[in-house]
Amino acid sequence: MDASNPMIPQPRKVKRVIRETHDTFTLCVEPEIHEQEKLFKPGQFNMLYAFGVGEVPISFSGDPGKPNLCHHTIRNVGTVTRALANLKAGDMVGVRGPFGSAWPVKESRGNDIVIIAGGIGLAPLRPAIYALLEERDQFGEIVLLYGARTQEDLLFTKEFETWRGKYGVQVRVTIDSAGPNWKGNVGVVTTLFPGVRFDPANTVAMICGPEVMMRFAVIELKNCGTAEKNIHVTMERNMKCAIGFCGHCQFGPAFICKDGPVFSFAEISPFFGIREI
Amino acid sequence: MDTLEPLIAEHPFFKGLEKSYLELIVGCASNVRFDAGQFVFREGEEANQFYIVRRGKVAIESSPPGQKPINLQTFSDGEILGWSWLVPPYHWQFDAKAVELTRAITLDGKCLRNKCLEDHSFGYELLSRLVPVLGKALEAARMQLLDVYGVQQQR
Repeated sequence: MDASNPMIPQPRKVKRVIRETHDTFTLCVEPEIHEQEKLFKPGQFNMLYAFGVGEVPISFSGDPGKPNLCHHTIRNVGTVTRALANLKAGDMVGVRGPFGSAWPVKESRGNDIVIIAGGIGLAPLRPAIYALLEERDQFGEIVLLYGARTQEDLLFTKEFETWRGKYGVQVRVTIDSAGPNWKGNVGVVTTLFPGVRFDPANTVAMICGPEVMMRFAVIELKNCGTAEKNIHVTMERNMKCAIGFCGHCQFGPAFICKDGPVFSFAEISPFFGIREI
Repeated sequence: MDTLEPLIAEHPFFKGLEKSYLELIVGCASNVRFDAGQFVFREGEEANQFYIVRRGKVAIESSPPGQKPINLQTFSDGEILGWSWLVPPYHWQFDAKAVELTRAITLDGKCLRNKCLEDHSFGYELLSRLVPVLGKALEAARMQLLDVYGVQQQR
């Protein structure tokens, strides 16, 4: 196989499968030794190929400082992701990448950081969180506002205490629907804003989740006084080639795979929320 | 004796309110405390007050027959709880229960309703502050109804 051709998947071994929730799992994929130098940036994605079934774009969800194992957190929702969910340690998966733009971690030094995640949207943000915590003293307040459907759908909850306790991250979690045993917040993610400490004028925000959620999160941030150029969102469309050839993921004048998936909101605001795009 | 005036005056909901209106509101306010598990109000009861949560957490619950209560929304520090006091027939539509020890300011809605009738300028001032709260609640309810996390596409 031609490793230099970005259209050809490379076979990689699945080292480990972590069952995160009832429908979400993380594939830990072993890169080739020479690929370990080809570090991914937080926010980027790989195309994962389930042999004989199909290919899907999946964000990196692991620590960019530990590239010896590539983590991809996947929700089992379709034919390809179902096939990926059936993989076990030792099985092979096809990999192309990394592709796409990244969260502006280094560019955000000196600012407060507000991270807003919805559902599986925490997965593409986790590498950014690791990168921020790696140089914690370079940033002011770090806030994580995280919403999910139910308690059972919350991802990476074991890490929250470390982020809070060791790194002073303001982690706030809410769910849409709760039973009587849940003692936390219930409501949409934007209801978590009151009481959060951050300086809106000197804040960089990173948002990943369903577009409806992102729309309301952006409105809330703008109401607080954060500039559009400092708000970054990650977009989703039907990505196929991942290198801007096929046009499936066109979003206004941009291709999500090549120009995104991470955009400054100022770049895409004219097209954001338009039904036809 | 300490009054609730400083607390109320600094709350975003009342900020900038004319002094005479503020005094009127302070006259209708008192401190309350709810232990974890204690009901703040029950569905069907007369709704004659509303609350500003000072510290703690209150859950709005619905209890369908034969099922466990469903927690629909929580209210935490600084949030305004309750609007049924403003809408006839002035009965609570849901239960509200303290999830943890909660301290709040309760405002006499019946008294404020009457003041609104007597002084329309005051009524307008109060309602113009309440409508955004209701708007946010409606927006949030619609978002929950969309079940956005349930239909999210995979990336």
